[in-house]
Amino acid sequence: MNAEIRPIRTPAEQALIAELGGLPAGTDRLADLRRAAARSFEENGLPHRRVEEWKYTDLRTLMREATPVAGTAAVAEADARARLLREVEARRIVVANGAVVPELSDLAGLEEGLTVTTLAAAIASGDEVLSRVGGILPGRYDAALALNTALARDGVVLTVAPGVTIERPIHVAHVFAGDAAAASYARSLVVVGAGAKLTYVESFEGPEAVAYQANAATEFVVGDEAHLDVVRLQEDGASAFHLATLLFDVGREAQVHAFTFGLGAGVARTSLYATLSGESSQVGFNGASLLKGRQHADSTLFVDHQVPGCESRELFKTVLDDSARGVFQGKIVVRQAAQKTDGRMMSRALVLGEDAEMDNKPELEIFADDVQCGHGATCGDIDEELLFYLRARGIPLKEAQSLLVQAFVGEAVETVEHEGLREALVERAEAWLKARG
Amino acid sequence: MPAVQETVDQVRSIDVDQYKYGFFTEIESEKAPKGLSEDTVRFISAKKEEPEWMLEWRLEAFRRWQTMREPDWARVSYPPIAYQELYYYSAPKRKEGPKSIDDIDPEILATYEKLGIPLRERDALLGIESGGAKVAVDAVFDSVSVATTFKEELAKAGVIFMPISEAIREYPELVRKYLGSVVPVTDNFFATLNSAVFSDGSFVYVPKGVRCPMELSTYFRINERNTGQFERTLIIADEGAYVSYLEGCTAPMRDENQLHAAVVELVALADAEIKYSTVQNWYPGDKDGKGGIFNFVTKRGDCRGDRSKISWTQVETGSAITWKYPSCILRGDNSQGEFYSIAISNGRQQVDSGTKMIHLGKNTSSRIISKGIAAGHSDNTYRGLVSAHRKATGARNFTNCDSLLIGDKCGAHTVPYIESKNSSAQFEHEATTSKISDDQLFYCRQRGLDPEEATALIVNGFVKDVLQQLPMEFAVEAQKLIAVSLEGSVG
Repeated sequence: MNAEIRPIRTPAEQALIAELGGLPAGTDRLADLRRAAARSFEENGLPHRRVEEWKYTDLRTLMREATPVAGTAAVAEADARARLLREVEARRIVVANGAVVPELSDLAGLEEGLTVTTLAAAIASGDEVLSRVGGILPGRYDAALALNTALARDGVVLTVAPGVTIERPIHVAHVFAGDAAAASYARSLVVVGAGAKLTYVESFEGPEAVAYQANAATEFVVGDEAHLDVVRLQEDGASAFHLATLLFDVGREAQVHAFTFGLGAGVARTSLYATLSGESSQVGFNGASLLKGRQHADSTLFVDHQVPGCESRELFKTVLDDSARGVFQGKIVVRQAAQKTDGRMMSRALVLGEDAEMDNKPELEIFADDVQCGHGATCGDIDEELLFYLRARGIPLKEAQSLLVQAFVGEAVETVEHEGLREALVERAEAWLKARG
Repeated sequence: MPAVQETVDQVRSIDVDQYKYGFFTEIESEKAPKGLSEDTVRFISAKKEEPEWMLEWRLEAFRRWQTMREPDWARVSYPPIAYQELYYYSAPKRKEGPKSIDDIDPEILATYEKLGIPLRERDALLGIESGGAKVAVDAVFDSVSVATTFKEELAKAGVIFMPISEAIREYPELVRKYLGSVVPVTDNFFATLNSAVFSDGSFVYVPKGVRCPMELSTYFRINERNTGQFERTLIIADEGAYVSYLEGCTAPMRDENQLHAAVVELVALADAEIKYSTVQNWYPGDKDGKGGIFNFVTKRGDCRGDRSKISWTQVETGSAITWKYPSCILRGDNSQGEFYSIAISNGRQQVDSGTKMIHLGKNTSSRIISKGIAAGHSDNTYRGLVSAHRKATGARNFTNCDSLLIGDKCGAHTVPYIESKNSSAQFEHEATTSKISDDQLFYCRQRGLDPEEATALIVNGFVKDVLQQLPMEFAVEAQKLIAVSLEGSVG
């Protein structure tokens, strides 16, 4: 509040800036984007608690050192490590240490109207789809996204032609392989044409003991009347640092549902930016986090209603055990033109651990009058009466707690439309509870 | 949307220049030289015949202030304030101290009559005869308290109620012990400025086990042109005491912006209760947002003792800019904090207001009910913090913030921070934003109410929860104010 302090650069910032100095030359649009992102990082550095959007996740303090960009992963190791959601029938694409592994990816026999390529291949061939990378902007400086834009070399680039329904979900399995701390950057782009339909799944995992950093950003361009379901499962290793950015641009009368499920990483931050630029769309951004030990997970959401008649729903559930820390920051902006907006945002936290901490910041910023908007936030322990009810029926304490936690998280998980995925996620939640004992 | 169009037209047609309390009293006044320097601080301190420690306290605040930066995080925008162009002290000139009401400048009395304050004891005594409640008024006219009524009766109960400048001289021990203990000198830019240059304000001390025999009330009034008003209020309720304090304000219409940076400190010791109510209706500026009061207030209550309670109620209808967050520090075990607020903005007004409930003790509870109504081209923000410390087991909070938008040129924003650091804290927060429902309007109109009456009825219902918290003396005035401030847009 008082004097402006510009602290000296931290070792992590210095290392990152040095990394950014080695950007490849180039005169194309992507090279320009990278340089601009590098410049903005050099100028602004890592955010700290005085930066409102990072108030509860002080990256400057949390990211003590920046690890070097990860090298190519060994195929066998990547294959062995990519375990998540294998049971779900889907087209799998494995991204190890930020690079697509063709040997492990199912890129043959693509459905009519579906194109899948890699960012690296698109850059090499000068594919015109590149013009859409970096097309959705968060409207403010975001350190995680700037680093991703500057340093990502690969990722999945996927388009669905207008009117095409892709039945089989596409599963992009991100994995970290190796036993030295390193950073991986992956940038993906998903373009869903007008009236098309797609289910897109992302998963993240890696070794428990390696302090790696995973930075992933995905842009979703959703056409008019398109239908997109996104499911994201994050189970990075307990020592890992996970920075994620999801950017949505939603057209007219489209339907978008995203569910982010966070179980892993020592520190995780997921930023979701959604711009509703076509009228009468329906979006649902839901999520759940199950945290234990000293985990820190931050879900930050920014939904921008720019046009009339859209509906948005957000439901986030956080379960905190031990001395974990959960953060939810959600902001719904309703612009003056966005009359008849219907927005509802809810964040609920269940605090099991005595030393756990939950920080909620649901925000509304409204400039149109003919709207229905609301938000709610609760946090507290398990209801004693519910526990008593179950225990009176002979269910042991731990089991009763598990049942109630499952029901609590279930409300959010149930928003996932795909049955197989939903079941797989419920299983992950059960595994978490089981490990809790 | 014919209903919306109608309201827009109505809002446009409001003539804010009709500001009801916009008159200017011609009286001679004594000013400190323009601008702010150590000399100004010394001048004010000398004028107040303050002891050395008080001067040191002010100078320390002033030195600190010079190193501070004006905060910019609130959703308000205003031209930079030229602190060196303001007058920091202005006192109605007088030959000697006002010993009785007859000594008071008749013009000042006339001003108060226009405002409808029962300043004369006679008026209030009539109230007693008719069975009404008694109200003690410590009227603040610009920067000096000019009259204090009921002093004797309060003295009988042991209650000290006097201008703070007098209290510094008469009860230095008490003042020294509590002044700045809730809002430290270094708290924030505006509070530090206030600490350096505050001219006067009220001091209340309610001794152990005493229930203050009457509602205490102070009227603030900004009068002299270009005078910043820096009020300092300190209320202490000793163990088991109870006091209800009312504060209301109106100000004359002026072209230049007037700066107001008050500090209010409340201290509730064990089992004590303080109820602090405000009706604020300063000049909001004309229809283009010109003029109007800049209101940067730091209000904070400290529930220092176990089972203590502090309750804030505010009706904010005036000022061009309102920057105000009455807060409670719930330090004592089982202490309680409450915040009830109605904030109405119209024209070009900007309101950024809310509260902080800081739970430190065990089993503390707090309740926040905030109703914001935005009309015209105004911006109305609720900004609040609820936090539970690691050791604040059993903390409980319920928050409800509702916003109503009238017209499509205004904005309503909600920025709550909810921080829970232990598992037994139970926090609930809900917020809604909407316009007056067409169904409700239709229902009322179907029963023969005209649109203005119908809207007024609905708005009244919207703020009812808060109005009910106001003491009787204020409830009527507040209702009038709400009607006046939405005049033209709701009737």
